[in-house]
Amino acid sequence: MSVLFLAEHQQDNYKKSAFEAATFSKKLAEKLGTTAIGVVVGKMNNAGSLGKYGADKVIHIQSNQEVSFDSQVYTEAIAAAANQSSAKVIILAHSSTGKALGGRLSAKLKAGLVSGVNALPDTDGGFKARKSVFSGKAQGIYNITSDQKILTLTGNAVKPVRSENEASVETLDVALPPARISVKEVKTVQGIVPLPEAEIVVSAGRGMKDPGNWGIIEELAATLGATTACSRPVADADWRPHHEHVGQTGIAIRPNLYFAIGISGAIQHLAGVNTSKVIVVINKDPEAPFFKAADYGVVGDLFEVVPKLNEALKAFKAAQ
Amino acid sequence: MKYLVCISKTPDTTAKIGFTNNNKTFDSSGVQYIMNPYDEWYALVRALELKEAQGGDITLINVGAADNETIIRKGLAIGGDKAVRINAENPSAWFVSNQIANYAKTEGFDIIFTGKETIDYNGAEVPAMIAELVDMPLISFASRLELSGNKATIQRDIEGGVEVVEVETPFVISASKGLAEQRIPNMRGIMMAKTKPLEVLEPIAVDELIEIDHFETPPPKSSVKLVDPANMEELVRLLHEEAKII
Ligand SMILES: Cc1cc2nc3c(=O)[nH]c(=O)nc-3n(C[C@H](O)[C@H](O)[C@H](O)COP(=O)(O)OP(=O)(O)OC[C@H]3O[C@@H](n4cnc5c(N)ncnc54)[C@H](O)[C@@H]3O)c2cc1C
Repeated sequence: MSVLFLAEHQQDNYKKSAFEAATFSKKLAEKLGTTAIGVVVGKMNNAGSLGKYGADKVIHIQSNQEVSFDSQVYTEAIAAAANQSSAKVIILAHSSTGKALGGRLSAKLKAGLVSGVNALPDTDGGFKARKSVFSGKAQGIYNITSDQKILTLTGNAVKPVRSENEASVETLDVALPPARISVKEVKTVQGIVPLPEAEIVVSAGRGMKDPGNWGIIEELAATLGATTACSRPVADADWRPHHEHVGQTGIAIRPNLYFAIGISGAIQHLAGVNTSKVIVVINKDPEAPFFKAADYGVVGDLFEVVPKLNEALKAFKAAQ
Repeated sequence: MKYLVCISKTPDTTAKIGFTNNNKTFDSSGVQYIMNPYDEWYALVRALELKEAQGGDITLINVGAADNETIIRKGLAIGGDKAVRINAENPSAWFVSNQIANYAKTEGFDIIFTGKETIDYNGAEVPAMIAELVDMPLISFASRLELSGNKATIQRDIEGGVEVVEVETPFVISASKGLAEQRIPNMRGIMMAKTKPLEVLEPIAVDELIEIDHFETPPPKSSVKLVDPANMEELVRLLHEEAKII
């Protein structure tokens, strides 16, 4: 028996979601009295480092080349690892990769799936997993009744816990089916934490008036080590890139700290951000609906408030 | 080309949320339902555009009860050629996927379109389940699709950017924003929709893998703490000392 998790990686580095999955799986494995085993698909020279975040063992499905993402190929690989390790539970990230795999694996293994889980499941007399539903307006608690279970884990739901362990790495040879999807190009922004992984997000909306005004947002984000995001009209007008768009039609995020600057707080926007741990709203309109969802609010002109906040943060960081 | 577009209904985002039956059932009384936006605006419209450019036939499929026919007719008004409803109350993602896969297998489609997720449960489960059940590749979160013969070039949204892939039909594609532009049904479409075929089929039996235990509504957020705009040092202090977040 084991808790098996897919550790996503990019070249020789694990993604943050891999560490979160490792820590989450280890905690779940302890509850179930078993071990946490990571599975890594494709070329990776650093597989054992997963031990530092809780993996007891790593199953490495080898390839001397990059295995580009095809959900059918990955499903076969993970199913083989699950079989090898008698996995009772399979953990995936609630990412573009994990979401494409969860349903496939569930159908292949006849294993019940709860996607977007945000806490450790309750395993006393069942297997009850919790997720946010209806635009964050409620939580749904689902009992998985099948023998094998699959969860996809929301980003920032668990904090990776680091230790000094190295995990043993076992290579598993699997005859993977040929990919039917060929990846021609991957275009991602370099050097910044992708939005779904970011712990601090600085987001701005139409209150910015003009795309040329984003300097103050980028400076604030740089001071905080944050990733920038935006509201939908801002992305629609091409003021900011499409991948920054958060909300119902964009992406849903769950950072520890979300700054909403010049964003009114329409329900469709809130749907993507209202499970953030702490929300700070800066808006000149005291009636802006966002204040109802905020922990801290500043009623004022963002063009004055944001530079002041940036100065105060810099002074704070310098004094640390 | 034969296209299958999966459509589902969901409460509007602005709907008030409540539960009945010991918090086990979503209370749908008085709730305004819409066609899931990803299905309507992007999946269905892209299928239509392909049909208009290159010919083909669009079937809409929905798994649900008779009152779903309003949204099915809307889909037909936007442009589906015919529709199928698999008759079921409150189906789970696994149940829905099995019904759609079963229908798709007997009919044989070149492209199965879905939305990237529904806006109520945000699971993104159905497209992947269908793909596995019909043994087709899945390209999820597609924001661009070009088709030439049986070869498709698809742009897929990934964390912090996009991935461009090539694949041959048949395949399953889940639509995100950008795949097409929303279309509003016109009067002619609405009139024509009334006479388009809508077939009702009974579901196949499916063993469920999960069940709802209960829903919880979080306690209302305590009111916002306002900070003087002239005193950003105070905001920084609160974030550090009180929220312990920086
Ligand atoms: C089906 C559907 C889906 C949608 N999906 C999304 C989605 O995914 N994401 C999303 O964001 N929206 C979405 N929307 C749109 C949403 O309803 C709002 O229209 C949008 O979020 C508003 O963007 P905004 O807050 O940037 O702009 P506005 O609503 O125009 O708000 C601008 C705010 O800036 C403030 N402001 C102006 N000047 C200043 C200043 N100098 N200093 C301080 N504050 C200032 C104003 O007081 C105002 O509150 C969707 C809508 C629909 C119908």
